Amino acid sequence: MTDINAYEGAPEAEFGDYVALLKPRVMSLVVFTAFVGLSVAPIDVHPFIAFCAVLFIALGGGASGALNMWYDADIDAVMRRTQSRPIPSGRVTGGEALGLGLALSGISVMMLGLVANWFAAAFLAFTIFFYAVIYTMWLKRWTPQNIVIGGAAGAFPPMIGWACATGGVGIESLLMFALIFFWTPPHFWALALFMKEDYHKAGVPMLTVTHGRTVTRRHIFAYTLVLAPFAIWLGLTSVGGPLYMAVAAVLNILFILGGWRVMRRDEDAAMADNYTVERRFFRLSLYYTFLHFLALLVQHWVGIGW
Amino acid sequence: MVMAMARSAEHELHRRRRSRNVGLGLVLAGFVALVFALTVVKVRQGDLMEAYDHQPRVSVLPEEGQDGGTGTTTKEVQQ
Repeated sequence: MTDINAYEGAPEAEFGDYVALLKPRVMSLVVFTAFVGLSVAPIDVHPFIAFCAVLFIALGGGASGALNMWYDADIDAVMRRTQSRPIPSGRVTGGEALGLGLALSGISVMMLGLVANWFAAAFLAFTIFFYAVIYTMWLKRWTPQNIVIGGAAGAFPPMIGWACATGGVGIESLLMFALIFFWTPPHFWALALFMKEDYHKAGVPMLTVTHGRTVTRRHIFAYTLVLAPFAIWLGLTSVGGPLYMAVAAVLNILFILGGWRVMRRDEDAAMADNYTVERRFFRLSLYYTFLHFLALLVQHWVGIGW
Repeated sequence: MVMAMARSAEHELHRRRRSRNVGLGLVLAGFVALVFALTVVKVRQGDLMEAYDHQPRVSVLPEEGQDGGTGTTTKEVQQ
């Protein structure tokens, strides 16, 4: 009996814990944007090849997620939202996460090279490096602009998808990159406004902590203004069309308006109604990228471009 | 009595282990199936299956009257 009870203290991982290391929710965005990037590209790809390409791009994204969890275990252990992740909760060791992250990085890059082309594979390898090393190990703990530059890692997947089909980079794929790149800061800063995580305790320099909440609100609005022209410009390229343009126009007006409202808010008023406006803006930001990329996809399927 | 019950009952630990084993088994089986299907698709697409092998091959040369119209690069043939 004593022997059996001895196991109770050390929880052993189940399969789902290793899946959780790959950050499945982030992966879903990667899958969707990479799929759209691949689909709207001017060169047709066999459906099964496209499926495999998206799968290995997602796996590469998952691998960088595991590397991120390995390196950030100390931060995750401090913050409430992340305390139940596999490493801080003790179900998976840091070494296992590192091993899984490195192995899956290698597999995903090699397989993407074999499935699609080596340019796309190199691009995926760079993205993993960018997220795991440049963002996680360096920028995140060093500068309040961490989210701005780190957003590039999340913005690469549609470009990789495009590269899988075309073997290169185009103005369209660069603009899809810009769409996610400039969307990321207002999205995360809105979250930071109402989540109020103890970033300071964890040693992460968030803009809300380093420069204050008023500055963060101004930054949010500024980014919505920068973002809008890129979203519209994308609509003027070969992947755009009337449908995308209509969706982009409505969403960008709403987004700028939302950013304006967030900026005009005074912290006391926000606290009084439990950050209703900020929460609404955050929810809008989720729809923002999803609907833009969905519009690109539908535009491509319907086929009435410019 | 208590001992016997504890032994026959499945411990939570076993469930976790089985979940890992079954999960990994399915992933590996899926990967094998994926590579096989990928091979079938690539072969059917007619992707070039002969690479440069230290001497020119007739089968990878461009067809007569065509300016490098096949999937092979001229560089490859010239080597």
